[in-house]
Amino acid sequence: MTMQGWLLIAAFVGLLLALAKPVGLWLFALYEGRRTPLHAVFGPVERGFYRLSGIDPQEDQSWRRYAVHMLIFNAALMLLTYVLLRAQSLLPLNPLSFGAVSEHLAFNTAISFGANTNWQSYGGESTMSNLSQMLALTIHNFLSAATGIALAFALFRGFARRSAAGIGNFWTDMTRVTLYLLLPLCMVLALFYVASGVPQTLAGSVDVHTLEGAKQTLALGPVASQEAIKMLGTNGGGFFNANSAHPFENPTALTNLVQMLSIFLIGIGLTYTFGKAVGNTRQGWAILAAMMALFLAGTAVTYWQEAAGNPVLHDLGAAGGNMEGKEVRFGIAASALFSVVTTAASCGAVNAMHDSFTALGGLIPLFNMQLGEVVIGGVGAGIYGFLLFAILAVFVAGLMVGRTPEYVGKKIESREVKLSVLAIAVLPLVILGFSALACVLSAGLAGPLNKGPHGFSEILYAFTSAVANNGSAFAGLTANTPFYNGMLGVAMWIGRFFIIVPMLAVAGSLAAKRYTPATSGSFPTTGPLWTALLIGIVLIVGGLTFLPSLALGPIADHLAMIRGQLF
Amino acid sequence: MNNDVLSSLRPAMVMTVLFAALLGLAYPLAITGLGQLLFPSQANGSLVEENGRVIGSTVIGQAFTSERYFQTRPSAAGKGYDGLASSGSNLGPTSQVLADRVKEQVSVMKAAAPGRAVPADLVTASGSGLDPDITPKAAFYQVDRIARLRNLDRSEVRRLVEGSVKLPILGFLGEPRVNAFELNRRLDAIGAKALAGREATATPSESAANRK
Repeated sequence: MTMQGWLLIAAFVGLLLALAKPVGLWLFALYEGRRTPLHAVFGPVERGFYRLSGIDPQEDQSWRRYAVHMLIFNAALMLLTYVLLRAQSLLPLNPLSFGAVSEHLAFNTAISFGANTNWQSYGGESTMSNLSQMLALTIHNFLSAATGIALAFALFRGFARRSAAGIGNFWTDMTRVTLYLLLPLCMVLALFYVASGVPQTLAGSVDVHTLEGAKQTLALGPVASQEAIKMLGTNGGGFFNANSAHPFENPTALTNLVQMLSIFLIGIGLTYTFGKAVGNTRQGWAILAAMMALFLAGTAVTYWQEAAGNPVLHDLGAAGGNMEGKEVRFGIAASALFSVVTTAASCGAVNAMHDSFTALGGLIPLFNMQLGEVVIGGVGAGIYGFLLFAILAVFVAGLMVGRTPEYVGKKIESREVKLSVLAIAVLPLVILGFSALACVLSAGLAGPLNKGPHGFSEILYAFTSAVANNGSAFAGLTANTPFYNGMLGVAMWIGRFFIIVPMLAVAGSLAAKRYTPATSGSFPTTGPLWTALLIGIVLIVGGLTFLPSLALGPIADHLAMIRGQLF
Repeated sequence: MNNDVLSSLRPAMVMTVLFAALLGLAYPLAITGLGQLLFPSQANGSLVEENGRVIGSTVIGQAFTSERYFQTRPSAAGKGYDGLASSGSNLGPTSQVLADRVKEQVSVMKAAAPGRAVPADLVTASGSGLDPDITPKAAFYQVDRIARLRNLDRSEVRRLVEGSVKLPILGFLGEPRVNAFELNRRLDAIGAKALAGREATATPSESAANRK
């Protein structure tokens, strides 16, 4: 570990904390439906979209209606993507003449991008035409992110409204977030990426005659426009197979910093928005404090392990930290930091190959996802996931002091707790269930590249990533098979929508409640005690379930590594 | 519930089409137009041309396997530095395959520079398989071999590397690194200069030997 590395981490955290309030305020304006300076540009587009699709922007929707409209819209988008991928060979903008995407891969990819996971069973530059990248995939990057933020708004309204029947309007939430936040910001970011060396062209490839006289063909395409929303929307689906490790996706240390900031930007802003929405910004800072503590602990472990390196390679005469799967321009610190950022948020973009991390260095990304992607988390999904943990935390605190639990002015009763547990229980159930299945079926066992405990880690990581809607991988796993495409597709679907629906039910139930002012007997939900309790609940409820599986995978792998036992 | 479903159908379908046009076509095409207009070189891959032929990109690594060049890192992209198949090795920390590969690579490197610890990046595969850089350590490690094989002065090659090191922005953003493509181009340039200088002074037989 170097001073320079810690400076990078400190600068990253400092910039984020400085951005939390301005971004949070901007999001708050969208949450309230207030006019922003950008309405002058995109206002006509917004009104035109409503008029053409027959949407009444004044309608206040019940949680059921909100949920149904969101589900049907997402289903329509996924269907469009499926059709576009299947028909790829017949459509224009296909300079490398790629054939149709197979049924199981198109199924997997449509769900994957729709669920804000962006798990990729394929290599982008060898599978997807430019039209598929733009039209079939980029729209999901925007709209699955906008859906996530809209859902967070809906839950905020549940806490903020009093005796209300509705939780907002899905269409206006989603459209405003897209037009006044994601699209304008992405235009700026995309041009910055182009200026830094990320290609943006409709050409498919270029032939290079290298200095040694060989021929090298470089894949090109409209990369920058996708890169911008890939990070900002915590999607993570790369244009190229190597994702943000590819120099065309992430050419410099500066683009790398901007990409990491983009991943956290909206998630961190939403904690402030939440505080504003419930009328006490300290509520938001308390949540952010708990998230940052978990984030920094993870970063320290991964950085320490990667800098220490792999003793097996040291014995062979390769000195220094673990550089297998890492790029020289990022080095150890920026690769370790990126891996923790991308798995703390549900982004899943990678600038180094997690599969080649040291055993414990790779455990942290896995564990981050198993916590439910609530450490900052995906755009929207992080904060609504975390608020479900907060409901459990006040419930536990209420049991300890013997009072009806309350949170930000709302009584938390049996219905909310049951629904929260339902949403949180989905994660371990599907991750562990599906991983177990893959470990006993020959189609599942055919997947891993590595042998020994690391092979098990690859399977566990895949299902964790899918259910948590992350999308990063221990990429040695051969996942482009009917078994894995099918199983992972179902896992991603469950991981996204089986959490959203109970969460919206909580929002509806809370919105209908009266306001209960805090009294001297209420458990305070702003101080350090509360933050510590939140961390404890996330670790115990979210993490403990997975310890046995971690012992079989990364921990066994670590013990083998320090003993020099190879597989 | 039924009413909720029915009322969603028109907005869901029309919004899908409208957003597809805006986000899937208008946005990427607008960025393409602007990018090509404002930053034409970068937008097309930061390509370097010589005598009308593209000889490389300053952003993307290419394979340097000859001992007369500064060699780049092992690559898992296709058969090595395949620009259509970016990939890391994805081999884990306890992989026998990884250990065997590193062992072999270390012995190759040590043969040309005995007695010195091999920098890790020279014997490990990058994340993309297209890493354009090597660490300054890895470049200096190869100086003796290059100087010997090219009949150049060691201090001259060393100066060439020193002049090619890119330092972190603000001292902490990024890692010190050397772009192998740019370094090897400069190496070829001084090689050609030295050759031209020697041809002027040397006997014909010597200059013929040099040209081989």
